[in-house]
Amino acid sequence: MSRRHLYVLVLSLAGTGLGLFLYKALVLGFPLAPHTISDIWNVEGRITFIARDTPVKVSFFIPRTTRRFAIVNENFISQGYGISTATEGSNRRAVWSIRKAKGQQTLYYRAVVRQIGIKEPLTIMRPPEVESPRFEGPHITAAESLIAEIRAQSADVDTLVKELIKRLNKPQPDDNTALLLGEQTAVSNKVKIAVRILAQAGISARVVQGIRLEQENRNALLLYWLEVYDEKQWRSYDPVSGDSGVLEDYLPWWRGAEPLVRLEGGDKLQVTLSVSLNQEEAVRAAIQSGKIRSPLLLEFSLFSLPIHTQAVYRVLLLVPVGAFLLVILRNVIGIKTFGTFMPVLIALAFRETQLLWGIILFSLVVGLGLSVRRYLEHLKLLLVPRLASVLFVVVLAMGLLSVLTHKLGFERGLSVALFPMVILTMTIERMSIVWEERGASEALQQAVGSLMVAALAYLIMSISYVEHLVFIFPELLLVLLAVTLLLGRYYGYRLLELRRFKVLAGGNA
Amino acid sequence: MFGLARQLANRGVLGLNRRNAEYTLRYNQRRLYPLVDDKLQTKRLAREAGITIPELYGVVEGEYQVRSLPDMLKQHSDFVVKPAHGSGGDGILIISGRLKEMYRKTDGLLISKEELNHHVSNILSGVYSLGGQPDRALIEYRVRSDPLFETISYQGVPDVRVIVFLGVPVMSMVRLPTRISGGRANLHQGALGAGIDIATGTTLTAVCGNDIVTEHPDTGNGITGLEIPDWEALLMLAANCYQLTGLGYQGVDIVLDQEKGPMVLELNARPGLNIQIANRTGLLPRLILVEKNHKGLHDVDERVAFAQKHFGVLAQKARNHETA
Repeated sequence: MSRRHLYVLVLSLAGTGLGLFLYKALVLGFPLAPHTISDIWNVEGRITFIARDTPVKVSFFIPRTTRRFAIVNENFISQGYGISTATEGSNRRAVWSIRKAKGQQTLYYRAVVRQIGIKEPLTIMRPPEVESPRFEGPHITAAESLIAEIRAQSADVDTLVKELIKRLNKPQPDDNTALLLGEQTAVSNKVKIAVRILAQAGISARVVQGIRLEQENRNALLLYWLEVYDEKQWRSYDPVSGDSGVLEDYLPWWRGAEPLVRLEGGDKLQVTLSVSLNQEEAVRAAIQSGKIRSPLLLEFSLFSLPIHTQAVYRVLLLVPVGAFLLVILRNVIGIKTFGTFMPVLIALAFRETQLLWGIILFSLVVGLGLSVRRYLEHLKLLLVPRLASVLFVVVLAMGLLSVLTHKLGFERGLSVALFPMVILTMTIERMSIVWEERGASEALQQAVGSLMVAALAYLIMSISYVEHLVFIFPELLLVLLAVTLLLGRYYGYRLLELRRFKVLAGGNA
Repeated sequence: MFGLARQLANRGVLGLNRRNAEYTLRYNQRRLYPLVDDKLQTKRLAREAGITIPELYGVVEGEYQVRSLPDMLKQHSDFVVKPAHGSGGDGILIISGRLKEMYRKTDGLLISKEELNHHVSNILSGVYSLGGQPDRALIEYRVRSDPLFETISYQGVPDVRVIVFLGVPVMSMVRLPTRISGGRANLHQGALGAGIDIATGTTLTAVCGNDIVTEHPDTGNGITGLEIPDWEALLMLAANCYQLTGLGYQGVDIVLDQEKGPMVLELNARPGLNIQIANRTGLLPRLILVEKNHKGLHDVDERVAFAQKHFGVLAQKARNHETA
């Protein structure tokens, strides 16, 4: 009777879960894989330098909302720095400043950029002033004669610019062009020279630098292109091919010849720009169509929550996946661990620390806690004060580890703070009792077992497919629940029991 | 791997999952667990039912009593200190004698009064109890091992574990302490386990870890073929524990005292499965047989007789012959 009850329950759970999943995947078109084309991007600028123990001022160009791109959300992340932003002409600049800073400094600029599909360029009535430095001496003559040649071979500004770019990019440029270009043949230099030549011809032009929102890129390269004022609007030209019109996915970061970042009071300046697809937004289209097709389903789903809370559930929904793994490892394989769900919580912390660092930090904290616990043994303390004392030590050890690793320059060490310290304390207590009563080998065996389970849980929970699937299709957890219920009725041998009872097999049967 | 699993299933070997689901979860009601998890309660129950147990000298319930411990112990030269909620033999301290102000442990080492007090404090704070809740310390009579076992155990006192299912003793083994087990009678700590023929009370072969042995590793004496005295009385004692607690599936630990005969040391609501290795046979067929027939067995005598008739080595061999 109860067995049939279970099967009915399992079937209905699995049916509901799978049904919803298929409906959402096939009818509403929710993406099955985490990488899907999107028009929302996360861009990040990371500035690092060594401060000289003097006042520090960092000014950094940041992108601005244009006709093609909207800056949806911006964050400036820095410790103890004052931050201000200002618009300068067609650029925006962020300025970080601090009275005193020493050692390695890291500043972050993060923004969510949305591509808007407006094609028509903006019309600007007032012509901008031409503000490029003029040529001098023989360069003036060379520029003048080059302009005269190009003028003769073009009909309007557009064709003139294209002709100029063609000449600048010739493998064997003519004498005038060669003189103007000088030794440097980098694209950056060609664009700058082009702007000056155009200025000489009385045409307003400027250098634009930006990045391409093309794919996940941890180290996006800065690209140069040329903007020319013509017929009351800014036209973009590729500095190599001369094609007008900017590619759809070029995000302008700033205009002009100035460097991206200026630093006062520090050395070893480094800037990296990175681009990633905004995953939360990737399902937006599916949600939109879902709202029309089945409003109730979407109204009461995770997507109705604020983005920030959604991010929390992204992690929380992984916990049942870890728990499921634990059920298999304990009841089917038969691995012993400290505490039933301790490995899952440790695995969650590993998400922040990464595996290797996580294992190192875990071992350090537990090792330190164990030695303190053994010392406390001599003081004849009662249980709760003793546990509390170990907790003190665990928290202090975590703080100390963070400080030490930070000083040594390992930023990963900071994430030790995410370890579940109460769980660590209980682990230390139980481990020390097992150690005392059953010997070191049993204690270490269980500790290594727990750590292995945690590592395995981490590896599974950090597969991006898994994270994506349980967040976009939380109903899949119902299917996992159904399997877990079935496993609750698994009365067979555990894998390790086979080895244990091996002597009983065969023999005199 | 699946072949191995099938072989084990054919031999009726009980696994942990099945034990939990079909025996302990089904036949042991949760509310009855405290009766066996708290050794003080077990003792009280046993005393009321007239079951022989080691005499209780005293109970330490709070830290305040630890100071007066020496007074409590004044008249006893040997005794055992154990946590009321201990499991797996953890936290048991056996004192076999005194030397002036010092106590002598069974391994011959001396410990001071302070060390003894600290051990009791540790018990009170719950170091050895399940879940770590505060505990009480029991001080009781030290069992003196029957001379029979002296040649085949190292220090400590061997005990006889009987699995009692619905009042029927289904399987039994004697656990012999070794040097590796530190004088304790726990298999996972390295003690020997020797199966016992339920019909006659003679020992079969023994296992140490997963190896089959025929003689004690420390004393070198043979283990097989020893006859346990008062076997029937011992089985009765074990079978009686079913009425005592109402737990359908339990492990009864019995010690043989040289003066007072068999006494119940403790009861266990989740007895381990190593007994199958010691007996080199699976529990499952016996449990199923009892499940089928227990309604027809009305008193302890009938249950013990049923066990001796069906679970003896000869009966087992006959059954194996039939199935083979």
